[in-house]
Amino acid sequence: MRTKFLAVPYVVWMAIFVVAPIILVVIYAFTTADGSFTLGNFSNMLDYLSVFGRSFYLAFISTVICILIGYPIAYILSKQGARFQRAVIMLFMLPMWMNFLLRTYSWMSILENTGLLNRFLNFIGLPSISIINTQAAVVIGMVYNFLPFMILPIYSVIVKIDRSLIEAAQDLGGNSVAVFRRVLFPLSLPGIISGITMVFVPAVSTFVISQLLGGGKQMLLGDLIEMQFLGSAYNPHLGSAIALVMMIVVTIFMYIINKFGDGEEQAVML
Amino acid sequence: MSKELIRLSNCTMAFDGEIVLDNINIYFNDKEFLTLLGPSGCGKTTMLRIIGGFLKPTSGDVLFDGVRINDVPPHKRTVNTVFQKYALFPHLNVFENIAFGLRIARPDGKKIKEEEIRERVLEMLEVVSLKGFEKRSVSSLSGGQQQRVAIARALVNRPKVLLLDEPLGALDLRLRKDMQNELKRIQQAMDITFIYVTHDQEEALTMSDTIVVMDKGVIQQVGTPEQIYNEPKNAFVADFIGESNIVDGNMICDGEVEIFGKRFKCLDGGFEPNEPVDVVIRPEDVDIVPLKEGMLTGLVTNITFKGVHYDIIVDFKGFKWLIQTTDYCPIGSKIGIKIDPDGIHVMKKSKYSGMFGDYSSYSAEYDEISDVDYTAEDEQTEEEWHED
Repeated sequence: MRTKFLAVPYVVWMAIFVVAPIILVVIYAFTTADGSFTLGNFSNMLDYLSVFGRSFYLAFISTVICILIGYPIAYILSKQGARFQRAVIMLFMLPMWMNFLLRTYSWMSILENTGLLNRFLNFIGLPSISIINTQAAVVIGMVYNFLPFMILPIYSVIVKIDRSLIEAAQDLGGNSVAVFRRVLFPLSLPGIISGITMVFVPAVSTFVISQLLGGGKQMLLGDLIEMQFLGSAYNPHLGSAIALVMMIVVTIFMYIINKFGDGEEQAVML
Repeated sequence: MSKELIRLSNCTMAFDGEIVLDNINIYFNDKEFLTLLGPSGCGKTTMLRIIGGFLKPTSGDVLFDGVRINDVPPHKRTVNTVFQKYALFPHLNVFENIAFGLRIARPDGKKIKEEEIRERVLEMLEVVSLKGFEKRSVSSLSGGQQQRVAIARALVNRPKVLLLDEPLGALDLRLRKDMQNELKRIQQAMDITFIYVTHDQEEALTMSDTIVVMDKGVIQQVGTPEQIYNEPKNAFVADFIGESNIVDGNMICDGEVEIFGKRFKCLDGGFEPNEPVDVVIRPEDVDIVPLKEGMLTGLVTNITFKGVHYDIIVDFKGFKWLIQTTDYCPIGSKIGIKIDPDGIHVMKKSKYSGMFGDYSSYSAEYDEISDVDYTAEDEQTEEEWHED
């Protein structure tokens, strides 16, 4: 009974900083500037369907690339010596402690038309490529920024997989492909799923990356919402409606993803 | 029947320079129930892992049916393992766990048909008495049931040899006894070789055709349970298998040994005249007789009720023996004892002489202190993963 008291500050905190803002967003989304009820914010949103589409599309691409790069890294890492593992994890974490803007700016100077990448290409005798201000640049920026959030959960699940399960699979006749496909991969699904959650959600709502690397031509949901609250198009009611819809779509998406991994999640608890 | 199947020749295994198996030479016969028995860290699990293909010996050869298999990876060996903590696949149900080995593509590229898989899995479930469990998730099973699934999974591939790494260690006593009989029955039904690793001497005596007693990476004795118990080769084996009083003796001549200055008839021979020897006297082989008839007399210093018998500690001139008797002997009473010739076993002196078989430090906690179970659990984690 007494321990219930300890939860009070947390509940108050949640009420003030989580529940109340969400309620405010909902109220804003369903009202006009003079406070009367409306669904107009949602119908206005239809003008921005392409932004929704682009946001989810780029977030999806980035997440897939993160899995493709992150999974092998996490897997290979888990097989190394403990000290090496710690050192590499540290190297992945280090850039995350650097300011997010700074990291994205540095990608600007790498990808620019006269940037490091093109200078390097010219140096080895290849023609310049124009990549800045394209979707590719935005995806590169997202992958770079969110990759650690894919690697870490996958890594932490893989290192916890009981070595004797791998041995049992080998013992029963599994070569390395079979061991991976039938044991290692299914057991690391929970890691992939939390990786997806941690990459996809921020990728959908990111805004600075698209502004800096997409040159404003690749407007994403994050940019759109920012515009409604701080920018030229000031309209917090529309902004709230967009935020609300985005939240609902992401929630549904995550629900489906987690449903998919449910069985395995339990399995790892075993 | 007793065709040689597996041979380790001059096998040495070292982890980071620390020798775990020291020049092992041994062969295992086909269709036998073999037990590798020894205390924690004696190298028994390492030996099993070498046979399973999870470790390569630092030097020496592993032969299977006369063919060197040092470099054959585990998935190409006709040997399957029941792991210490079962290692069941948590993402698969009972049926799929057992079917695992059947679903894997064969070396010849052929796949086993679904009906055959079903048939063989159900047959295995019947062998391990788990009929009707196929749809269950492995996490919903009890320890004993998980154990059975692990055995079924390892047997479904029809291996020539089944390796079992302390498979009953995690079960409670009652279940362990049931499973001992069960394992023996399965081994006979499948008619294949079982190589069983344990630190539990009673388990080894109950199930085995042949026992290999190991200590410190060296094989101490190989023999049937009766040979190991009745004719231990040295003080280590005598002490590890059952309870033993081990005393210094002098071999007067064949069939006569001197202990505490008294001559006893025995059945052993082949020693030099007056050779110093270790003499083993099992606690149950000592008869308590009236003082006058006793070959030796001693003072009872402790008595513990054990159910079937009493454990009494008797002081003979400062050397304390453990004797098991159904007669109540109060502390402080003087008793005489008699030992039949077949109750005396004479061993050559070894590096283990003087280390075991003395009950001078006996106390109520003695059993617990000397209980190998206390340390055996750590063995695998400490020693066996070194190769990574």
